Amino acid sequence: MENIRKTCLHDKHLSLGAQMSPFGGFDMPIQYEGIVEEHNAVRHACGIFDVSHMGEVFVSGPGATDFVNHIFTNDVRGVEAGKCLYGMMLHPDGGTVDDLLVYVRGDNDFLLVINAANIDKDVDWIRRNAAGYDVVVDHQSDNIGEIAVQGPLAETILRKVTGLDEIAGLTFYTFGNYTIYGNADVIISRTGYTGEDGFEIYAPREITRMLWDDLLEAGAKPCGLGCRDTLRFEVGLPLYGDELADNISPIEASLGMFVKTDSHDFIGRDAVAAQKASGASRKLVGLEILDRAIARHGAEVLDADDNVIGAVTTGYRGISVDKSLAMALIDSSYAALDTPLRVRVRRKVFPAKVVPRKFYKKSYKK
Amino acid sequence: MKTYFTPTHEYLTVDADGNGLIGITDYAQKALGNVVYVDMPEVGDEFSEGDDFGAIESVKAASDLIIPASGEVIEVNSALEDNPRLINEDAMANWIIKIRLTDPAELDSLMDFDVYMNYLASDPH
Repeated sequence: MENIRKTCLHDKHLSLGAQMSPFGGFDMPIQYEGIVEEHNAVRHACGIFDVSHMGEVFVSGPGATDFVNHIFTNDVRGVEAGKCLYGMMLHPDGGTVDDLLVYVRGDNDFLLVINAANIDKDVDWIRRNAAGYDVVVDHQSDNIGEIAVQGPLAETILRKVTGLDEIAGLTFYTFGNYTIYGNADVIISRTGYTGEDGFEIYAPREITRMLWDDLLEAGAKPCGLGCRDTLRFEVGLPLYGDELADNISPIEASLGMFVKTDSHDFIGRDAVAAQKASGASRKLVGLEILDRAIARHGAEVLDADDNVIGAVTTGYRGISVDKSLAMALIDSSYAALDTPLRVRVRRKVFPAKVVPRKFYKKSYKK
Repeated sequence: MKTYFTPTHEYLTVDADGNGLIGITDYAQKALGNVVYVDMPEVGDEFSEGDDFGAIESVKAASDLIIPASGEVIEVNSALEDNPRLINEDAMANWIIKIRLTDPAELDSLMDFDVYMNYLASDPH
């Protein structure tokens, strides 16, 4: 692997004995003790993730609100400071450049948090499309570390470590600017990617290292990207590269509620508005495989006559739900709940049926 | 009963009837972690040495199962269908398939226990 990158916590993963693997251009921990143990820690206690591979881009200046709305499917106008919005950047044809969180920091002042694998593509996309807008694009991915603290004990442990009792007042998808360790400025949001309550902390690299050690000391379990994927999968959250891609629109991925085609103009709006109006030809659905077999990314989905009608985007034997489950992008004429389908796994074909994509109930602090 | 080993961490134990009991080694089950599914062939299926005869799946990924010697499947371990984690509990006791060996001479090219232990101790696999 050429030019594989390391986060500011890389040496700590090695000393914890993590199994490492490349992800999004970074050498990342897949698991420490084991995916199942780490998954359950997040569902029932508290796990911490190194998500420093995520990208951070600050956008500010007199034209920032108009510019973010120009490239973003959600609508940042009139949103008060301290709120996060989820949405996508789209190609003109409606395909997805990336899905991202936008932090509204103030009037014309935003933080865009983007996927590691897309950092170079996104920064280039943002800069190119900023022509004509009075904005400053400040790419800070290399200077900012990020830790996700997730699970029902996340608030207790993060308050104990930081002394910040005021984070109890943060509700889901809000954030604040805080000072920890005497003089370190950090951003803490009540966000995550697990379906559980939790926080994400953006801090300078050295502060991220101190925070990681203190969170472990306080009883949080180190968790790798392996269980991050099983956790997000069980609650039906998309992963760019599986459920979203340059050739998959958010309408096809059943994420239309984050695409405000009626409120503002943005790149790709005409394409996704047409899909919303007439229905996309493909749709992301949940599948339950009526067997123990696991249909993973790329497995063919078949109708009763063995015609290929789509493919699995992510599939697992559930950990919190003891079923073989999958998300699949299929011909939308087969997308109705309970439609009987089949999946091909290696040499065999197994029966499946369409089910809701939320396999496990989320526990957010609304 | 003599047991043979492959570089891809399957074992083949010759039972009292001269048939081959095939599974994965303890090293392999530890490397996989929690086994959640075993994709097994059907009784009557025939394989040649080196064919993949099924797959074993952990939470994260599927791994092919490579047959150590040629033969016809005469039994599959159906207990693994409902309880694949038996392999984590005791990989050597919980074989996956039983085959009638079509060319027992092929066993000579496999590793015995001592050679396999040395193999594990040598390079990363």
